[in-house]
Amino acid sequence: MFGWEFPPYNSGGLGVACLGLTRALARAGSEVIFVLPKSVPLSAEYMQILFADTRSKVTMKNIDTILSPYMTEHSYMYERTRIQDRQYGNNLYEEVLRYAQNAKHIAMEEDYDLIYAHDWLSLLAGIAAHDVSGKPMVAHIHATEYDRCGGDNVNPVIAAIEQRGLEAADRIVAVSNYTKEIIVQKYGIDADKIDVVHNGIDAEDFPDATAHTQQLQKLKARGTKIVLFVGRLTVQKGLEYFITAAKKVLEYKENVVFVIAGSGDMQQQVIAQAAALGIADKVLFMGFVRGKELQEAYKMADLYVMPSVSEPFGLTTLESMLHGTPVLVSRQSGVAEVATNTLKVDFWDTEEMANKILAVISYDALQYTLATEGAREVERLNWAAAARKCLYVFKQLPS
Amino acid sequence: MPSVCFYFQVHQPLRIKRYRVFNIGEDSSYFNDDTQTSLNNQWILRRVADKSYLPTNAILLELLEQHPEFRISFSFSGIFLEQIAKDFPEVLASFQKLVATGRAEVLSETYYHSLSFLYSEEEFAYQVNKHRAIVLDLFGVVPRVFRNTELIYNNHLAHVIEKMGYDGIIAEGADHVLQWRSANFPYRPHGTQHLTALLKDYKLSDDIAFRFSEQGWKEHPLSAEKFAQWVSAINGNGQLINLFMDYETFGEHQWADSGIFDFLRALPQKILAHPDNDFVTPSEAIARYAPVGEIDAPDFYSWADIERDLSAWLSNDLQHEAMDKLYAIKDRVLASGDSDLIESWRRLTTSDHFYYMCTKYFADGDVHKYFNPYESPYEAFIAFMNVLSDVKLRVSLAQDTAKKERVTTQKTTIKHSDDTPAKSSQQPHEKRSHNPDAVRVTIVQKPKKRTPVKRAPDARPRSRFV
Repeated sequence: MFGWEFPPYNSGGLGVACLGLTRALARAGSEVIFVLPKSVPLSAEYMQILFADTRSKVTMKNIDTILSPYMTEHSYMYERTRIQDRQYGNNLYEEVLRYAQNAKHIAMEEDYDLIYAHDWLSLLAGIAAHDVSGKPMVAHIHATEYDRCGGDNVNPVIAAIEQRGLEAADRIVAVSNYTKEIIVQKYGIDADKIDVVHNGIDAEDFPDATAHTQQLQKLKARGTKIVLFVGRLTVQKGLEYFITAAKKVLEYKENVVFVIAGSGDMQQQVIAQAAALGIADKVLFMGFVRGKELQEAYKMADLYVMPSVSEPFGLTTLESMLHGTPVLVSRQSGVAEVATNTLKVDFWDTEEMANKILAVISYDALQYTLATEGAREVERLNWAAAARKCLYVFKQLPS
Repeated sequence: MPSVCFYFQVHQPLRIKRYRVFNIGEDSSYFNDDTQTSLNNQWILRRVADKSYLPTNAILLELLEQHPEFRISFSFSGIFLEQIAKDFPEVLASFQKLVATGRAEVLSETYYHSLSFLYSEEEFAYQVNKHRAIVLDLFGVVPRVFRNTELIYNNHLAHVIEKMGYDGIIAEGADHVLQWRSANFPYRPHGTQHLTALLKDYKLSDDIAFRFSEQGWKEHPLSAEKFAQWVSAINGNGQLINLFMDYETFGEHQWADSGIFDFLRALPQKILAHPDNDFVTPSEAIARYAPVGEIDAPDFYSWADIERDLSAWLSNDLQHEAMDKLYAIKDRVLASGDSDLIESWRRLTTSDHFYYMCTKYFADGDVHKYFNPYESPYEAFIAFMNVLSDVKLRVSLAQDTAKKERVTTQKTTIKHSDDTPAKSSQQPHEKRSHNPDAVRVTIVQKPKKRTPVKRAPDARPRSRFV
């Protein structure tokens, strides 16, 4: 299985999903060899982890001219360099291509039945392995370029890599019907080749999910309601709609703060927007948080809002539910297909977004019922269920 | 024997439209959704009338004409009758034709199809009487048999119904109440002297209402002949077969292509083919058969879900909160004397609003989801609570107006009395008038926080979200 990142060396949901899925597959009796492009001090009890850069001594000589250094994916690099600068270089394409070269050698040396690749970053590695081994290949799509760019300014190189990977794969796993639809519409892939496997969440990864939090307790004691946003501050995540809705909420209820956890290229813009609306004092930035800090953020919040413009899945919704915090989720998301005990809204309908935020922070019974029913529901949405579906996908592969 | 007793429940609620917080104080029309969705009451009624009420009424009329022995009964909610009287006169006329045959009995219920008996017997009595009035007005009959919303029943209800002068009451033939006994006999409710309870044969009723088109059911497809055989098999073991169901079973819950209409059309003849079988209305059943025993139900039960309890309307915090807050303002609403406001409040008592908030089985997508016009129980709750906030606001405004009127009256009284000057004249900063009486007026008005006049949109108070 070719991945790109793995906790704790991850910047987002892709690594989390790889952990959840590989662990559940291993528990279901599958043997997983997980390949990462670069060495990190990491091991797992249940599977072998290989690092492509140390396994193979091949050095890159030629780089395809189209993959030139100036064509970097800006927002992605932002996170990447911030958190993992020791892990990856500055040229993302170079890394992706080097990964594919190294993957070829790993594919020749290891013993396995099928190849599994996650997203465009690993797709070329998957294709390379597929080409040298002739083993069937599964492409697992967590996000497409159309999601990341929010619909405009599609990066043609990334889209082309995705196209090649989707065509080369024998089966495709999409994280939602929403993503499946994009793969069919934008990449022209036959719908019959795609299976939907929704992401899951395992409570064991979140100790103390129900423990009491001390965060912002003084503020809460004064009756202040906390509305939380978690995610990269990019166009895709719909932050500007969130801020517009916040303004409408504050016109009706003053004692509310909007907490933003995450960082990204839109931070200045968000601050400017909040200031222009005269609500800068009500919008608080936590910066990038992970682990225990993120858990505390969920727990202190009265409501978690995921206003994404385009969200293939949206794992944070399940995380919030697991922490007993109600969720208002964009209908333009994959998670809206499976998480029923949530509130839903079209991301552009900021009036309805404000209406629902106000309802949750005004009616205790609503907040309580969403929290308890959501926490109960999320127990069923686990990785074991996702792994079972993947195993079913494997059965349909050519042998 | 046995006698088949049909009772059909006919009800369409007034569903609350998507009512946002921004509507509070601005919009007091709660039930006028005009989208092409299942929140549009008129649109739904049109659809159900075409698919179910009109074709079924035509078949029943034909059957009543063909078979002098055929009998049926209906319970119509008041808000259903009100809706068809207003917008669908041809639907009303077709029901009137059936009742005019004298062989279709009309039962009594609460006008608003409410759970009012659980919260206020006074309100319950008002709604029952209001229902009697509309039934008398539209059909020229006075009901003798009562059925409570969703067949919610207990001993105390039976007691109250007997006191109100009814001959009978309809209830679910639940196992835990009947124990080893059969629903195919009339019973006397515990603690009553002459009231008769008719209990639903849920097996045979649900064979038609729920299982008719179920492909996996071992009896599928169900023919009229087979059903008539089951009826005849009760011969010797029972007097009555109470087939109670939603009227929308015909054509709406069970679609025309399931064969439900052919089944209904053929059924009376097949049942009457056995010389011992016949049909009765609930009143005829009560007159003909004496109770064989007592039923004792200290706790409420209903005909809903497998639990047969109140959990469809009152099990989670959303439902309890909404219901408690609704009845908490009852006295203030009724005291306001504002008939529009009172009507708005009463329309919120309809049980369906609370059914839509049910989270039981919600994630499994079962029957509750099928009947829910909202995307989720949470959406239903939000719309209801926002509307309730507007009603509360209207109550406050009405009280302010009433206070002002009271003050004016008071003012007149003072002018003509030799009373000592009002204590309130101690407020020196009230300088609007030199007249001490006028001072008093201002003081009494002082607690008022809201202006009773409609505000301009730009003058919105900030915390109107009550």
